[in-house]
Amino acid sequence: MKFKAFSTLAGLFASVALLCAAPAHADDSLTSILAKKSIALGVASDFPPYGYMGPDFKLTGVDVATAQLIADKLGVKAEFVPVSTPNRIPYLQTKKIDLIVSALGKNAEREKVIDFTVAYAPFFQAVFGPKSLSIKSFADLAGKTIAVTRGTIQDDVLQQMAPPTLKTMRFEDDATTVAAFISQQTQLLATGAAVAAAAIQKNPQVQAEYKLLLKDSPNFIGVRKGETALLNRVNEILRAAKADGTLEAYSQKWLGRGTGVLPD
Amino acid sequence: MIEFNFAVVLAQWPMLLHGLGLTAALTAASALLGSVLGTACAWARLHGSATLKWLVGAYVELVRNTPFIIQLFFIFFGLPSLGVRLSVEVACVLSMVLNLGAYACEIIRAGLQATGRGQIEAAMSLALTPWQIFSRVVLPPALARIWPALVSQIIIVMLGSAVCGQISAEEMSQAANLISSRTFRSFESYIVVTLAYLALAVVLRQLLNWLGPRFIFVSR
Repeated sequence: MKFKAFSTLAGLFASVALLCAAPAHADDSLTSILAKKSIALGVASDFPPYGYMGPDFKLTGVDVATAQLIADKLGVKAEFVPVSTPNRIPYLQTKKIDLIVSALGKNAEREKVIDFTVAYAPFFQAVFGPKSLSIKSFADLAGKTIAVTRGTIQDDVLQQMAPPTLKTMRFEDDATTVAAFISQQTQLLATGAAVAAAAIQKNPQVQAEYKLLLKDSPNFIGVRKGETALLNRVNEILRAAKADGTLEAYSQKWLGRGTGVLPD
Repeated sequence: MIEFNFAVVLAQWPMLLHGLGLTAALTAASALLGSVLGTACAWARLHGSATLKWLVGAYVELVRNTPFIIQLFFIFFGLPSLGVRLSVEVACVLSMVLNLGAYACEIIRAGLQATGRGQIEAAMSLALTPWQIFSRVVLPPALARIWPALVSQIIIVMLGSAVCGQISAEEMSQAANLISSRTFRSFESYIVVTLAYLALAVVLRQLLNWLGPRFIFVSR
């Protein structure tokens, strides 16, 4: 009886002590990846042109290509795990994936829970239009019509930067905005890269392409907190790819534009 | 307690005024054209050939049994795929005219059908042509009879023009939307515009009730 009470109490103290202990951030992902010869990469599966299902039912896109590059350089097999915006950070934290390569933007709240590598691809809002129309600067927008979703970053930038003769037609949501452009009620479209890519993919008859940048907010790769070995190795690979032009080539291939200045 | 800040919203008065102007213009154009269309359709349903009756009947039922926003989207987003691209304002007026036309047809037809047989017989015995009978003897009293209902329908279409903001027409409700998304003062923007719609509806009703007996169905 006394022993039982003592051991239960000891057990209780031990478990409380364990809970109070600072979570140990293991720095062993890189070694275990190299040991088991495969890396789990979280990518988007329905977010063209970053991560999406190609016509041959294989994952493709800027992010997927960059993820494959990292796996190749590490000399391991790439295992793609489709993730969504809400579940990607939890997946990373619970070790279901080793890296997040899915149009991940850096902000202060996320910095508290995960680490970021250097940027590898641009994410941007831009003006899109038909090949027949030449738009090289904001001045070329004069006298044209453009569809934009009300209250977005694109809306703000156009208000500040576009000439007053640009007729801006504001719609309530992305779907109606794209519908206005596809039905040729407006000559141009201002929206995020992913929305435009999906629209252009589904409507090749419009012959739309990237024209003018409105705002840049690049993609970073997400790594578990404390995994400095893996972080440094991935940064090495990304910096080398930036230097030898691989990242630039990916950006041109899928996004139709250069990477611009990618912050560290 | 919520703090109201109307000054920020009222500072955007040029946009609100533009919205008010466009709403009034859309209403004026569609009330006029829609009533004319409604009268023509009502006549067709009563005196037209069998085919015409069927066609008008189909149009009236289609428009009365579908939502206005669908009709608007169809005209603005759907027609371009048939090669007909209409500007925002034309699409709005066209949708509102077609919408009012269908409802006005039924309202006016009710007024026409309530014409006493004796009136028509008396007019025929005075050797008036069918057109003169319709325009001088049958239509004015019919309009007088259904005027309140027609005015109500015109007001409904005026309030329905708020939907036109969905295709980016910068009318009053779209002005409220834009102001609220820029100043983040939704409550104040929509209160101001609600009061504007109320005032516009009251003025419109008074105007039409003054206009009717004096110019449209002169009743001595």
